[in-house]
Amino acid sequence: MMENAIAWILIFPLFGSVACAILGMGNKKICYPIAVLSMAGSLWAGIEALRQVIASEEHTISYIFGGWTLDQYPRGVGIEFYADILGILITLVVLGVGLIVAIYSKLPVQEETPGKEPLFYTLFLLQITGLAGICLTGDAFNLYVLIEVAALTGYGLIAMGSNRAAAATFNYVMLGTIGASLYLLGVGYIYIKTGTLNMIGIQQAIEANGLADSATMQVAFVLVGIGILIKMAFFPFHAWLPNAYCNAPTTTSCLLAPLVTKVMIYVMIRMVLSVFGVEFSFESTMWVDVMPWLVVVAILCAAVMALAQREIKRMLAYLIVAEVGYMVGGIWIYNYYGFIGSIFHVISDACMTLCLFLGTGLILRKAKTTKFDGLRGLFGKMPLTMTGFFIGGFSIIGLPPTCGFFSKWYLITGGMVSQRWEYMVVLMFSTMVMVVLFFRLIERIHLAVTESGENLGHGHGDLGLNAEQTRFDEGPLSMLIPLLVSATIVIVVGIYNQDVVSLIEIFLSDYNLPRGTGH
Amino acid sequence: MKKLSLIPVLLVGILLIYASKDFPEWGDPSSPASKSPLSSHFIANTGVDTEVPNMVTAVLGDYRGFDTMFETVVVFIAGMAVLAILKNSDNKKSGKREFEVDAEPDIIVTNTVRLLVPVIQIFAFYVLAHGHVSPGGGFQGGVLMGASFILVALSWDLDTALARFPLGRCTIVAGAGIILYGGIGLLSMFLGGEFLDYAELANVFPVSREMARYYAILGVEIGVGLTVTAIMFSLYANLSTEGRLKGGL
Amino acid sequence: MFEGGGIINELFIERLNYLIYVVLLLIGLHAMIAKNNLIKKLIGMSIFQTAIILFYVSVGVKEGATIPIYLPEHDPHGSHASHSDGNETEQSNHGPVVLDAELVKGYSNPLPHVLMLTAIVVGVATLGLALALCLRIYQGYGTIEEDEILAKIEKQEMRSNPSDVLKSADSSKQATSRSAKSVSKPKVSSPRSSKRSKASPKTKAKATSPTTKAKTSGTKPVSPKRKAAASKSTTTGSKKSPAKPKTAASKSTTKAKPKPRAKPKAKPTARAKAKSTAKKATASKPKPRTPKK
Repeated sequence: MMENAIAWILIFPLFGSVACAILGMGNKKICYPIAVLSMAGSLWAGIEALRQVIASEEHTISYIFGGWTLDQYPRGVGIEFYADILGILITLVVLGVGLIVAIYSKLPVQEETPGKEPLFYTLFLLQITGLAGICLTGDAFNLYVLIEVAALTGYGLIAMGSNRAAAATFNYVMLGTIGASLYLLGVGYIYIKTGTLNMIGIQQAIEANGLADSATMQVAFVLVGIGILIKMAFFPFHAWLPNAYCNAPTTTSCLLAPLVTKVMIYVMIRMVLSVFGVEFSFESTMWVDVMPWLVVVAILCAAVMALAQREIKRMLAYLIVAEVGYMVGGIWIYNYYGFIGSIFHVISDACMTLCLFLGTGLILRKAKTTKFDGLRGLFGKMPLTMTGFFIGGFSIIGLPPTCGFFSKWYLITGGMVSQRWEYMVVLMFSTMVMVVLFFRLIERIHLAVTESGENLGHGHGDLGLNAEQTRFDEGPLSMLIPLLVSATIVIVVGIYNQDVVSLIEIFLSDYNLPRGTGH
Repeated sequence: MKKLSLIPVLLVGILLIYASKDFPEWGDPSSPASKSPLSSHFIANTGVDTEVPNMVTAVLGDYRGFDTMFETVVVFIAGMAVLAILKNSDNKKSGKREFEVDAEPDIIVTNTVRLLVPVIQIFAFYVLAHGHVSPGGGFQGGVLMGASFILVALSWDLDTALARFPLGRCTIVAGAGIILYGGIGLLSMFLGGEFLDYAELANVFPVSREMARYYAILGVEIGVGLTVTAIMFSLYANLSTEGRLKGGL
Repeated sequence: MFEGGGIINELFIERLNYLIYVVLLLIGLHAMIAKNNLIKKLIGMSIFQTAIILFYVSVGVKEGATIPIYLPEHDPHGSHASHSDGNETEQSNHGPVVLDAELVKGYSNPLPHVLMLTAIVVGVATLGLALALCLRIYQGYGTIEEDEILAKIEKQEMRSNPSDVLKSADSSKQATSRSAKSVSKPKVSSPRSSKRSKASPKTKAKATSPTTKAKTSGTKPVSPKRKAAASKSTTTGSKKSPAKPKTAASKSTTKAKPKPRAKPKAKPTARAKAKSTAKKATASKPKPRTPKK
């Protein structure tokens, strides 16, 4: 039974979601336990799969659905799930975040979308199924179907909020469909030249037939790349992200913000390394020359736009766009340390974004607003929440011992070693911008002066709040404990970063990446 | 701004036309897609592996059955998401809208439909079951079946159709389709194979391994048909009444 | 780009089918980006996905091959009648056999058909979901023209952030109204509506802002039919919706405002005309209808 652990990762949420849909019609309260149990089962299967991957000799598991094993049938006859270390690590991140948000979701779902809990949990579990499947699959067309599963559930989850959310979701639908369809067209171009859809089969066909100069393959690379860039909200295709994540219900943004864009970064790494291969992606196309400059523009614009915001959720949304820029840059500077930084940043960014959004949900619940103006005095009122929130903030800035420090360290090392000074400079500049952002937020919480210049403290040194407003009043435990757990994970991943990085290095040793000046 | 949006569109067009210079000839039997061991295996060995004459159904239901399961899940998601978006969302007063009319169902239409609907439903079953030997299968049969309920809703009114197929039952039927599909896969897994390895079902059923695949493909097609039927009707009911399930077209 | 034979030959004769798919794809993509009406965007999405499906199906074509269903002589369950010489037919049953390479060439490739079954279903599911979103937007905003929706969103945000209004007045978006054709006839089939810059001039004049607010709140319960009919008029210069979160306020339509007051409409028009600096034209006159609340 346990040799099918990879299948169990997907089976638990799938059957859990159908159970939520059917049983939830009778009794709404049963959906929350079903969701938490499915996520727990899936996470357990994921940990079992990680053990199997590490124990296997090539550090991969190949699981072919339908029993069309490779010794009797050609490669690609059945759909293959190819789990190597990178895939299983990101899957564990997805499942862990899913479990934490599932536990967190008990009260916000009841309050923000009353009467729709069964539908919410159905879509929630199917979203996790889609995201986990994206990280494990080894078939290019199956990847398209799973991207669409994740996207459609995302649309449903976001649009469950207000009317404003519906308008933002429509925009997201338009852009997301363009992205996924461009990816599909790229896969079609790959198929017309190679004749196979299996990822490893495509790479073998490119090497065997010398397709590196073919115009079709170059355009296929561009189409696949642009499709994925749209879905990961890379500047200038990011326009859907701030509106969609800010107007969504609390739990939805806690689930989608840490995961969706990072899983798309994983897809880009997979396409660049495993499908098209290192020689094709980096030496035959022109992306290595162009992308770092686009990344510089992206990070600058996102950081500047984050500075201009007056509301926490919007600021965090633009920070996500900037972080996406970091990770894409880490890939395209074509360096071993850049790749380590990029992959480690996927893991750490998921954790710290989760921490920040969980904290924002708690703040919204207690302070009833996420504008900077409404946060005065929160340090006294909700010290644990604010501690957790600011641990996430310090991780985004990059202070040790949080995980953000180590991932930025590897990214900057990569930039330096490959002599991409533009990338290094923009990394440092944006770090300064993020320092300003978070310390301004801290100051705003302590200051008595509102945004519009009103001094509410009347010059007495207090914040102009009465005793009621400064009483100790933390959020409910079902929301507070996931926040503290995620803040702890941010620090623990930072402390044990060497273990994670050694796993990543095992993965990267299969690929021939330059370590010195790669250009 | 319409002029400005022509620029990226034309760029995409030039890119795609540039790519086509390297394409194989249209219809070339020695193009990589047609010559590859993958498609040759499908054409040559489908009869031996699954004993299903329709190669497309065999590939859809068995070789790439995992994809089809997620396709069914996508249909299910669409139904659930439409419910989630439109439920309890009526912002304005719930009265009659201007486009709703109170008309008696026309006698000619209702009697014609009364004769047609059973024929349509039998044809839907036929398309589903005969998908093994002719073009057809679960999706096509399911859409036909759902269309028969929509026809009832169009010729009488939505309440008549909902009396026969209420939305709660829709959700249960849709979920049952996915459970059937996943259940066949789980059963194969418990019997020792991988998920969706239908040949292992030959250990419990008195058929050969190939015929086990044959019957299991029929089983998953029925599952697909159930889900598609229910979701097609549920989509119609929700979209035509904006979630209120009263009145409608 | 193309070697030998000339571009016309290569493009239009040998690869005609690919050119057609590219043209269809571009039509769909342009509609998705440039059209103002949400339903037209969805039609564009449908055309876009159809072009991709047609491309895939054309990959699987093999010259001289039949559909990928076994002919009776290769049918794994089949028995075929073979005529012998003496007008007697023999039935010979045969089990499933592996086809050799020559026979394989007689059937076309089944894989693209399978892939496109999946793609069609995914497209239908996305279309259903997007239509539900359109319904929800219509319930909430009363219109499905994208620029009107953006205008209403801006108004709602301005009303809920009075302190930010001053800031947005400073960083005002320029009024980019084009000169629209002035509408003289009351029955309008597709009049061009004018644009007014709404943010800066109105909020500076305190007197007009309550009126503006009263007007917008007064127009909320206007019947959707009137809006739907009026919104058939295409606004000039629809924007690329994906790329502009901020500059939406610069384009606002006037259809929402003057509906319940046919007569005094000239006054607010004149007042706003005096304030704003861009060229204006009169707004589309409402159709002669009794105002319904």
